[in-house]
Amino acid sequence: MTETAEEISAHDASNEFKELLTFFLAGEEYGVDILRVQEIKGWDSVTNIPNTPEYIRGVINIRGSIVPIIDMRLRFNLEKKEYDATTVVIVLNVVNDGKSDRTMGVVVDAVSDVYNVPIDDVKASPDFGTAVDTEFVTGLATIEEKMIIVLDIDHMLNAAELAVIDQISE
Amino acid sequence: MSIDLEQFHETFFEESFEGLDIMESGLLELEQGEVDLENINTIFRSAHSIKGGSGTFGFTSVAEFTHDMETLLDQMRNGERQVSVPVVEILLGSVDVLRNMLNAIRDGSDIDVDNVAEMTVAIKGILGEESSATEVAVSQPVSVAAKGWLVQFKPAVDIMKTGNDTVRLLRELNSLAETAEVTVNNESLPPLSELDPEDCHQSWSINLIGGEVSEDDIREVFAWVDDECELTIESLADEENYVGPERRDDDRRQKEPERRRTERRTSKPAESSSIRVNISKVDELINMVGELVITQSMLSRFGEDEEFNASTIERLKDGLAQLEGHTRELQESVMRIRMMPISFAFQRFPRLVHDLSSTFDKKIELIMTGESTELDKTVLEKIGDPLVHLVRNSLDHGIESPQARIEAGKSETGVIELSAFHQGGNIVIQIKDDGAGLNKDKIITKAKEKGLVANGERLSDDQIYDLIFRPGFSTADVVSDVSGRGVGMDVVRRNIRELGGAVEVKSKPGEGSVFTIRLPLTLAILDGQLVGIGNETYILPVISIIESLQVKSENINAVAGNAEVYRLRDEYIPIVRLYNIFGIEPVSTQLESGLLVVVEAEGKKIAIYVDDLLGQQQVVIKSLETNFKKIEGLSGATILGDGTVALIIDIAGLIELYQKDMANVVPIKGGGLAA
Repeated sequence: MTETAEEISAHDASNEFKELLTFFLAGEEYGVDILRVQEIKGWDSVTNIPNTPEYIRGVINIRGSIVPIIDMRLRFNLEKKEYDATTVVIVLNVVNDGKSDRTMGVVVDAVSDVYNVPIDDVKASPDFGTAVDTEFVTGLATIEEKMIIVLDIDHMLNAAELAVIDQISE
Repeated sequence: MSIDLEQFHETFFEESFEGLDIMESGLLELEQGEVDLENINTIFRSAHSIKGGSGTFGFTSVAEFTHDMETLLDQMRNGERQVSVPVVEILLGSVDVLRNMLNAIRDGSDIDVDNVAEMTVAIKGILGEESSATEVAVSQPVSVAAKGWLVQFKPAVDIMKTGNDTVRLLRELNSLAETAEVTVNNESLPPLSELDPEDCHQSWSINLIGGEVSEDDIREVFAWVDDECELTIESLADEENYVGPERRDDDRRQKEPERRRTERRTSKPAESSSIRVNISKVDELINMVGELVITQSMLSRFGEDEEFNASTIERLKDGLAQLEGHTRELQESVMRIRMMPISFAFQRFPRLVHDLSSTFDKKIELIMTGESTELDKTVLEKIGDPLVHLVRNSLDHGIESPQARIEAGKSETGVIELSAFHQGGNIVIQIKDDGAGLNKDKIITKAKEKGLVANGERLSDDQIYDLIFRPGFSTADVVSDVSGRGVGMDVVRRNIRELGGAVEVKSKPGEGSVFTIRLPLTLAILDGQLVGIGNETYILPVISIIESLQVKSENINAVAGNAEVYRLRDEYIPIVRLYNIFGIEPVSTQLESGLLVVVEAEGKKIAIYVDDLLGQQQVVIKSLETNFKKIEGLSGATILGDGTVALIIDIAGLIELYQKDMANVVPIKGGGLAA
């Protein structure tokens, strides 16, 4: 899986397609590389981890692995929302440079669709206009007149972890 | 022959390192004057296998180097050479060089050529090739005439069936000389229709020209097939008589970089680790799986055709009980696969003590007991360095110099005892020396200097000794290359703590010190006490729990406002309100309505306030770090019977968190905890 993902990013310049899984978060549509998605599951209770930021909801058991769950709304400082029937956890495979891959789950409002996007159509994002820190955004894609924010999950989820370390070592 | 040899590299390295260990321990025995032919033979065989293996895999530099060692050992084996201390020292040195070479090849890094050359010189020196040896270092290209050999090689017909490859032999011959002219004789080849492809009907005659080749070198090539071939070796016309060693050396230097390059290409950095398991453990496992299958098929009958009534339920219960038993046994068997005898960690010490005692001019006897005690492989690998540190420390700081010992009325030879044994579900490793013991005054002075202890603070002996594990503490007056940099003991403690263990020291002036390391049997499973705090379930390691008790209000004392201590018999134990530290909404904040669990880690006790005790069970430890990160105060997580995750508390970490917490509120000096 990882290899394929890397292959795709290696061919960024060519006319290749990228499949994106999109989800909603506070009315905006975000996309992640579908090859990184391990599974999608409904929200279930988690075990809290003490002394971690609020956006780290806790850990769950996915077939014997302990997987941390991160609330995307809280991560992006968006308004809190009660979890409802459409709330899902997207379990992602995160590649961390030089270290082994991790599995992490993100809580989003709802999943939307799967799109096949030509890689060239993903445009670099301007420095404003979304609630999300542009540092975690790979680019913007337009599909059927809608804007989709393509996220750099590796950067985002590894950075999320770094933030925790900073906080504790203070 | 297009077999990918690379797949065997890992095994080759593993076996070679094992062989080196065998050689090392054998040599150490030799050095102590126990000349035993069987021992020399064992050393020789190990060297021979390494040579053979490295030749096969194309690690020529290793093969060449081992060849000289082997020659030396061979002479010792045949009684042509006396076993003497200098010779053994050189062989020990060669073992080190060989180990470095193998490590370098495995990791794809550069071989320390100078080191190898130096050792080769030393060995050759002993072998009576002083002239060549001295010139090896000089290495000036001198043009020399070469003589040659005529080798007639007629292998037996079934040589292939014994796993020998004539092509390899010829290739090796070719590498000896500068040029080799090979003529093949196909006369005895049968017609194609009768030819068995596994037979060998050819014979060869080879003209080896150039290079410094001795008859022994050639015989060496054929050593493996000695009794399966007809071999004649004749010297070619002796007109060009003397072959200078310089030429060969020069030649070798030119080849060296090239060789290294090829070796690097064929090996990759060793990341994968493997484990050698006793076959009986595997058989046991297979038996258990067999039992499990039988139980499973018995149980599946209930789901298929039987009607349920009182008696079937009874039998179902029995079956489930059996299943539980088998599952547990299976679990234990699987765990045992990871267990290895501690001798793997101990075996390096004879050498270490031997080397260091000459460095320090001390006489030391090393006694090791309980080497067969088994320990989880991961623990075993990680305990090696801390142990080395402790042994070095005992040797450097503990044992006195021979004169000082005699003055103190002790025997000249100091004793270091290394022992391992089981105690209450833990593995205990002790390092005991009969040296001077820790110097209390020196430790206190130093600790005050470093600001670790406040003036006028009163400490018990054990608390004083414990100071040596503090970061930045070292009492060595002179910083030696062995110990005394002050990074040692705190790192030792940290490493051991990472393994879920603890280390403590006891000492008596003039009689010596004992370092005791306690380690969990395995990292994978833990006896856990489930405790409830608010809506959360946490797990405390049963091993750290001393007792649980209901709170009597009259025993609670407040200290300096925020800190609370509980009087338990004649001790005052700090109360840790877990909900505070972990930020949990508790059921009640009234100590009387909950329970106190008194736990101990590294000699410190705390009483943890929890809402409820829920039960005990064995839990499988899962790392939080795999997908997340290390959290202070937690050693991992586990999955409970209902599939939810529960977090496991790291007592030592929790104590630190508590101390930090207290330090934030009311500044108090260290050492405030009950010991």
